[in-house]
Amino acid sequence: MRYSGFRVLAQGLFGNTGWQPAWRDPVPKPDYDALIIGGGGHGLATAYYLAKNHGLTNIAVLEKGYLGSGNIGRNTTIVRANYFLPGNSEFYSHSLKLWEGLEADLNYNVMHSQRGLINLFHSDGQRDAFARRGNAMINQGDDAVLLDREGVRELLPYLDYDNTRFPIYGGLLHPRGGTARHDAVAWGYARAADRRGVDLIQNCEVTGIDIKDGRVTGVQTTRGAIRAKKVGMVVAGRSGQVAAMAGLRLPIESHVLQAFVTEGLKPVIDHVISFGMGHFYISQSDKGGLVFGGDLDFYASYAARGNLPMVEHVMEAGMTLMPMIGRARVLRSWGGIMDMTPDGSPIIDRTPVDGLFIDAGWNYGGFKAVPASGFCMAHLMATGQSHAVAARFRLNRFATGHLLDEEGTGSQHNLH
Amino acid sequence: MRIDGKGRIDRTRPVTFTFDGRAYAGYKGDTLASALIANDVRVVGRSFKYHRPRGILTAGSEEPNALVEIVGPANQTPNTRATVQELFEGLEARSQNRWPSLRFDALEVNDLAAPFLSAGFYYKTFMWPRRFWEGVYEPLIRRAAGLGSLSGRHDAGVYEKAWAHCDLLVIGAGPAGLMAALTAARVGADVILADESSEPGGRLLSDAAEIGDQPAADWVATVLAELASLPNLRLMTRTTVTGAYDDGTFGALERVGLHRRPRPNLPRECFWRIVAKRSVLTAGALERHIAFEDNDRPGVMLASALPAYMNRYGVVPGQRVTLFGNNDGLRGVARSLMAAGVTVAAIIDPREDAPEEPGVTVHKGAQVVRARGRMGLREITVRSGGREFRLETDCLGVSGGWNPTLHLTCHLNGRPRWSDELAAFVPVEGAVPGMLVAGAANGTFSNHGCLAAGAEAARASLAALGRVAGAVDLPQAEDAPYRIAPLWAVPGKGRAWLDFANDVTVKDVGLAAQEGFRSVEHMKRYTTQGMAPDQGKTSNVAALAVLADATGQAIAQTGTTTFRPPYTPVSIAAMGAGGRGEGFAPQRFLTSDQASRDRGAPMIEAGLWYRPGYFPKPGETTWREACDREVRMVRTAVGVTDVSTLGKIDIQGPDAGRFLDFVYTNMFSTLPVGKVRYGLMLREDGHVLDDGTCARLGPDHWLMTTTTAAAGLVMRHLDFVHQAFCAAWQVRFVSVTESWAQFAVAGPLARDLVASALGHAPDLPFMGCVPVTVQGVAGRLFRISFSGEEGYELAVPTRYGEALFRDLTARAETMGGGLYGMEALNVLRIEKGFITHAEIHGRTTAFDIGMEKMISGKKDCIGKAAAARPGLLGAAREQMVGLVPLTDTVLTAGAHLFAQGVELTRDHAAGYVTSVGYSPTLHSHLALGFLQNGRARHGETVRLVDRLRGVDVLCRVSDPVFHDPKGEKLRA
Amino acid sequence: MRLTCPLCGPRDRREFYYSGAAVALDRPGAEAPPEAWDDHLHNRDNPAGVTQDLWYHEQGCCSWLKVTRNTVTHEILAVETVGGDSTAGGVA
Repeated sequence: MRYSGFRVLAQGLFGNTGWQPAWRDPVPKPDYDALIIGGGGHGLATAYYLAKNHGLTNIAVLEKGYLGSGNIGRNTTIVRANYFLPGNSEFYSHSLKLWEGLEADLNYNVMHSQRGLINLFHSDGQRDAFARRGNAMINQGDDAVLLDREGVRELLPYLDYDNTRFPIYGGLLHPRGGTARHDAVAWGYARAADRRGVDLIQNCEVTGIDIKDGRVTGVQTTRGAIRAKKVGMVVAGRSGQVAAMAGLRLPIESHVLQAFVTEGLKPVIDHVISFGMGHFYISQSDKGGLVFGGDLDFYASYAARGNLPMVEHVMEAGMTLMPMIGRARVLRSWGGIMDMTPDGSPIIDRTPVDGLFIDAGWNYGGFKAVPASGFCMAHLMATGQSHAVAARFRLNRFATGHLLDEEGTGSQHNLH
Repeated sequence: MRIDGKGRIDRTRPVTFTFDGRAYAGYKGDTLASALIANDVRVVGRSFKYHRPRGILTAGSEEPNALVEIVGPANQTPNTRATVQELFEGLEARSQNRWPSLRFDALEVNDLAAPFLSAGFYYKTFMWPRRFWEGVYEPLIRRAAGLGSLSGRHDAGVYEKAWAHCDLLVIGAGPAGLMAALTAARVGADVILADESSEPGGRLLSDAAEIGDQPAADWVATVLAELASLPNLRLMTRTTVTGAYDDGTFGALERVGLHRRPRPNLPRECFWRIVAKRSVLTAGALERHIAFEDNDRPGVMLASALPAYMNRYGVVPGQRVTLFGNNDGLRGVARSLMAAGVTVAAIIDPREDAPEEPGVTVHKGAQVVRARGRMGLREITVRSGGREFRLETDCLGVSGGWNPTLHLTCHLNGRPRWSDELAAFVPVEGAVPGMLVAGAANGTFSNHGCLAAGAEAARASLAALGRVAGAVDLPQAEDAPYRIAPLWAVPGKGRAWLDFANDVTVKDVGLAAQEGFRSVEHMKRYTTQGMAPDQGKTSNVAALAVLADATGQAIAQTGTTTFRPPYTPVSIAAMGAGGRGEGFAPQRFLTSDQASRDRGAPMIEAGLWYRPGYFPKPGETTWREACDREVRMVRTAVGVTDVSTLGKIDIQGPDAGRFLDFVYTNMFSTLPVGKVRYGLMLREDGHVLDDGTCARLGPDHWLMTTTTAAAGLVMRHLDFVHQAFCAAWQVRFVSVTESWAQFAVAGPLARDLVASALGHAPDLPFMGCVPVTVQGVAGRLFRISFSGEEGYELAVPTRYGEALFRDLTARAETMGGGLYGMEALNVLRIEKGFITHAEIHGRTTAFDIGMEKMISGKKDCIGKAAAARPGLLGAAREQMVGLVPLTDTVLTAGAHLFAQGVELTRDHAAGYVTSVGYSPTLHSHLALGFLQNGRARHGETVRLVDRLRGVDVLCRVSDPVFHDPKGEKLRA
Repeated sequence: MRLTCPLCGPRDRREFYYSGAAVALDRPGAEAPPEAWDDHLHNRDNPAGVTQDLWYHEQGCCSWLKVTRNTVTHEILAVETVGGDSTAGGVA
């Protein structure tokens, strides 16, 4: 069933009784050409592009909970392509281009809104670092504008420019940056994958990975054994546990990242804004809630919840940057589990087990990567070769020293 | 309507307030909601999506409808619950999410368009044409969405944060909480009793119940009097415990001044961090409503709100009340109302075996199927035994049963358990370590049960702390069983509301299930059920029951969504108290700070420090003029600058040299006493951590300096290396950064200046150090240079810093020298190719900066093994170079480097610029940067391109040391 | 979240700096092969359950602490100093 304004009108006139399920609820088959473990954004996108770009439709996504139950439904929804290291630049640039065509591609309104992202800087040194980044973005073919203090004031008059510990020197504007409706991305990919014949199997937890003579042969699940020639692990937040089923130990430590949303407010913040002197980023959703977040809680965790020190720090950063949000009330806070890698960049690669692939290590930047991650993981699973824009996301790069450390904080996992 | 003789308001103190610009009167003790009810205001808001007129539903913080803006002198506060906001003289409130007025709201047209605005409709449309999303559709949606509005001005309110510690935290001061607090406080435990309301007592203030042989409210007063006499008990009213966190830490919001007329310095709110050894959750229960057609009409309320309004505030919201519910609780409501003279027209009870109630018609086996009255309830339609009839009524109290207020037990990921008997979720034991749940929050609804459970929870909590609570006499109280027959939604064709706040109807939940959104989380997210400001407190359970029905599952299998902090919304300002303005981070000031400011130096943030940028002279109009002058001054005479921000670590012990060998790449143990050596430190992953000098002050005594930025980092690193890898070594160290003030004296006349200050010529070779007496004060003198000139650093204890700074400045000025700031310091070090964290930014290696030879082959050191990885070496690496423009052009840091003739794309970028400055010494702009295989490319011409700032200039690649490459001046 | 520092007593989490898994204490020797270093620096067991990690009492006694902790429940099971006894350490 194709979605359109006309269909909404027609269905409305007839009591909305004709809407079809967005996806089937299939019984797992005993055998697939490929399996994707993980029905989050990345897994669903991988399935979609396997079907669409590579014609693989005898495939299934295995999800232990409900579709989109991981970080795709627990993030601050920011979509951007403002990386500066080769390896990251081309990947996120590719992802942003996919975002820009996503509604038409999926026939689903994911509300991708390019409202512009502004990274503020507060010293000459930070300006230089952001200039390097902005130039890298332009060299990549994307967009960036370096704003001085007055340029920022014009766009964001409500920031505190006068009474502040770290004065605003300027900002790097990424006009094509923005937000999207997170759940809709999962649902859009799920529905589009289902329409191409992919089996989306919920409440099906993988409990073992079957390997014979160094080759993957299938998986054990709570709904029985399933055979497959290729298996992709796309389970950021649980990568270590799933990889351990195949005897792998990953360069990943799991951390909790909290985020916050306020009660609904009339429009007051148009852009996505990122503070430079404390981790704090904020945007306003279409429903009116201020959506914002900060840094990790900084201790390894699988708890999907955090503690007050970071909560308070984020609020304090908000108050020093834009005291006009003081009376907005935080409605809800939550925590997502992040695969933190030793250089802050992800992994899309083969594993030492033939036929077993991994897409992991998204740190806390996984949401914007969903389209390209699925695109490249599908390419890798279908062809056995890394896609050109993900060629540096290798599992062995830590051993060889070919790192992608945008933060420059080194091998301590939680510092990225 | 106000009822005589009822309520706990102070009728001797009238209060005037306005709502939507119209003046009204109430009394002290009223909430805004009770005062509006007293004034017969029925419509107080508009719903989120359909803009339907809405009235007050509840008497508590769970209110979904009555959200208003409170207008203050400088700011407005959106989304304030009228049911919580206490009245004060001059309070100004206005309705929100309506235009042009509450009565005539243009967007009520949405209500007519409802068939096209069903759950998730926006995912299916607004996709064409693509550019219309940001341009047309989304702005319209954004404008229509949202509730109240912020003023857009800085919040001028005062907010506080505080800590509290206790043995036992009791959350909620109803019958169970009071009893728990009393039991624990009587034996001397430190108890905090926190209650959301302005007055403790919970439902005992609302009900007509008796405790012992006195009215419940009197019993409450007796208990409070005793509690007030116990110094170990702290009663916190207007304080909502909003979150449970690890290890007995709770977040709580106290509404300090929101119930008072604003005045300067009156804190609005205080956010508490309460650390409790044990806790008891006695937060009561929340009533839920029942879905039927148009059940959101103003005048349809939760049944329990009616006695609450009457007994606490002396108001009733109607003259002819009807009640609809599936449990026995309605009888008490009816009795309470009738005793006060309010007409109760009927009780509609879906249970065939519903009990009779004297004086009221009870329609058994009946259901309310419809409500009528857009701007205020006029009548309801009742279905009974296959027949429908209408009842005139202006207020319908609805009770679909009670949900224990167990939210806090879910904050650590606890999942509540479904009880068929109570038709509600109940908390599971141990969900929050150290917390017991008692009373209605635990599904015990009778007063007797609550009192007993509260006392028992306190006893058990104290026992866990090794204390014994004495016996507490339980007063007599009502002990009726809770009987309920689940009814979630009355079947019917019209729209029946579940989530009033977000306009989610039974049909929406059905549609979600029909479209495959069958998991409770999918349903929530697709319909937005429970995502409004009230977080579905009165509606979630009914919604998932409707979902369970639609999917053919039991409620227990359907499960519930997760409750997350905060329990009720908390302002950003309260949780961020202290962060405003300069409060965000500590400030560190040099001893020379005032002296520098006295000379007009702009002070620049350098980490937490403030350092002078430059020292302007009369006639200078730009920073560049001052900077150029200061550079020339250092190169030709002498300059003084404060370098105390550099980290200083005093290291002592026989194994100190060995320890330094381990943390630095190069050898230190061989350094003679009285000498200084430059050292490079790596992270264990092989990248540069920091650089600096280390002086050997004595055989077992060393002084390490770090960069300003990495001072804390290095200290932490040294502590780790020592404690983790060589704890047995005899070495100890401590940060002395703030113990010493240190000033650099640089330039051809530096020796003269130091001689003048010391009273004798310093006979010190380059990289020497010696103890000195500076005008009677024991200090230290180092001959080191970050400028390339002959340089000294003179250190004295901090308390003498300002005096020495002023003294050195005065002496320098008599010699044609003076002060120089950060700008000049930066140019001087660029001329010499010295690195800062602009170059060692965390991705650079010793190899990149040409210092790989400093990694000693004779010993192991931190980072040595990882630095040998192939990816960290070789021609593909970007190596540090100098860059000199071929034409006189300003260079910019952050520019990228390209070979001549290539396309300016990412894959051709061969490097980048890290530091730039104008060298008055060499009469040229200069830059430091990193270039692929750069050391082999000295003399080549590359293109420096900064497309952000329109810079595109050819540069000659050079050695990064531009000035005095042989270091003759240094060693002079 | 609160940790009980063996030297200072129970303190709020905000006094501590966290650095990662306690495997950082097991530093390979200077002659160890690159694989050992890769494993040491990068790869982690990362259990969903009991783990040992390193915390630094930065705003207290500056002890590095080995904390035994559950990453799912956040329960703290034990806290000890890493350099508590004279036999600790990888470099003799």
